[in-house]
Amino acid sequence: MRLSLDELTEMARKCRKDIVRMTNAAGSGHPGGSLSAIDLMVALYGTNLSFRVDEPEWEDRDRFILSKGHASPAMYAVLHQMGILAESDIMSFRKLGSICQGHVDMRWTAGVDFSGGSLGMGMSFGLGCAIAAKMDGSNRLVWVMVGDGETQEGQVWEAAMAASHHNATNLKVIIDRNGIQNDSFIDAQMEIGDIAAKFSSFGWDVKEVDGHDLASVVGVIDWAANTQERPVAIVANTIKGKGVSFMENNPAFHGKAPTDEELGLALEELA
Amino acid sequence: MSARPESCASRDGYGRALLRIAEDPRVVVLEADLGKSTKSCLFRSEYPERTVSLGIAEQNMMLVAAGMASSGKIPFASTFAIFTERAFEQIRNGIARPGLPVHICGSHGGIHTGSDGSSAQAIEDLAIYRTIPGMTVIHPCDDISAEELTIQLVEMGGPSYMRTARNKTMRQYDYENMEHLRIGRGSVLREGSDVAILACGVMVEMALNAASDLSDEGIESTVVDMHTIKPLDNQLIDRLSERCGCLVTAEDHITFGGLGGAVAEWLSLNRPTPLEMVGVADRFGESGDTDDLMEAVGLTPTGISNAAKRSISRRNAIS
Repeated sequence: MRLSLDELTEMARKCRKDIVRMTNAAGSGHPGGSLSAIDLMVALYGTNLSFRVDEPEWEDRDRFILSKGHASPAMYAVLHQMGILAESDIMSFRKLGSICQGHVDMRWTAGVDFSGGSLGMGMSFGLGCAIAAKMDGSNRLVWVMVGDGETQEGQVWEAAMAASHHNATNLKVIIDRNGIQNDSFIDAQMEIGDIAAKFSSFGWDVKEVDGHDLASVVGVIDWAANTQERPVAIVANTIKGKGVSFMENNPAFHGKAPTDEELGLALEELA
Repeated sequence: MSARPESCASRDGYGRALLRIAEDPRVVVLEADLGKSTKSCLFRSEYPERTVSLGIAEQNMMLVAAGMASSGKIPFASTFAIFTERAFEQIRNGIARPGLPVHICGSHGGIHTGSDGSSAQAIEDLAIYRTIPGMTVIHPCDDISAEELTIQLVEMGGPSYMRTARNKTMRQYDYENMEHLRIGRGSVLREGSDVAILACGVMVEMALNAASDLSDEGIESTVVDMHTIKPLDNQLIDRLSERCGCLVTAEDHITFGGLGGAVAEWLSLNRPTPLEMVGVADRFGESGDTDDLMEAVGLTPTGISNAAKRSISRRNAIS
């Protein structure tokens, strides 16, 4: 299955609606970083990721590791639009007993490949998946989405060094460069500088992309999937809260759900 | 089970076990620049294609292991006990929370490690790993039992932490006499009705020496190798409480939260019984020869036998 650009655009719109609806229903959650990541995830799931809707735990599937596990609404929205999660699943987000936990959790949700919530761990986990795939002689790819603030964690760079050492050519990392972290703008908290140059200096192949230009995103994902020389990093320049005007580039919506009134405004914009 | 004259370090048993379980293609080994010390180097030399070096980066190692486990592998990841603690949150959130079968071995645990000093002497590892839901915690007393218990981990399913020791201890098991050695079941090494001594790791040998000394004074003790701290063998503790009416724990570990803490929790909630703990008080270790250090912190057969007498006195004062 490879979706057209129009189909990807429509799916991203529906996913954005899911994100604001489920965070509103939960009364909590992280819409900002979900909206910045969603175009990237839709493009990946819609064009390249090898998975089975009716068998989410198929062992030779490509892996998708959402290291920025607080962007769980984006994960659940994609799985909903792909037909793996039901409407009732995503609308029970963060409620007791829901398979849609506050942060992505592989133990709770079929189709989720990683238990996130603590930043800095997903690249290492993905590297383990990538090494295992090579040991098995499998061509499956491992995609990891990392937040830009997350790269402040030292473990990210332990993993970057190890991926290069182990020549994990099947490891593909996407950095959601939205410029905002929990407390405020990244540059005010801890500058991370030229993230592309940093990965490059660790021995990775790196490209930058406008993370909301779906045609460009698909192009760079195709490139990453076919690049087998070194581990690959895509630095995706994004806008936190993208698609909902009052959430865009607004640190307040990193970890705050829309009120009922805000939900109405958001859904109008996403209609 | 009589003690055999040979002595070996429990880490040697871990290394040998890795070779024996290598026939299972799911088994992989992860190292953080201490393979020569933890003895995973034995596996590396035979199976380099299934050994993953992560350098001096324990946090990364734990999550690489988790990722491999999620892909069908059974990873055995080792470093010094103390350096596993650097990755505690990775173990908690990345391995145990999703319930992945990653088996962590921390070598060089305890004061017994000796001259490297307090930075290397993990005395809190058993306590902290015991607090993680679903985590099995093991501390074998010799190389033979370390080997056997490591082999049993392969089919266990969930995550585990095993502490091994750097230095040699007297063998308490032999290959022909291991039918009762099971994860989660204490091994009774000596029978007696006056007091029960539950020990783990390097303290098992000392507990047997203490029992011998006590016997010379007419006090007969049961000595248990409590190699599994979690899940605790509660049924055995109940039986010993019933039989002896007083207990002692002995561990090369701080007296909070480890074997002593686990036994105390069980007894106080279920079967109040006099209990004395032999372990490290609220202090760090220091450099020194192992024997001198153990003496300095009170981890000796005499320390155990004195604790046994105190426990007996408390029992007698009640009854």
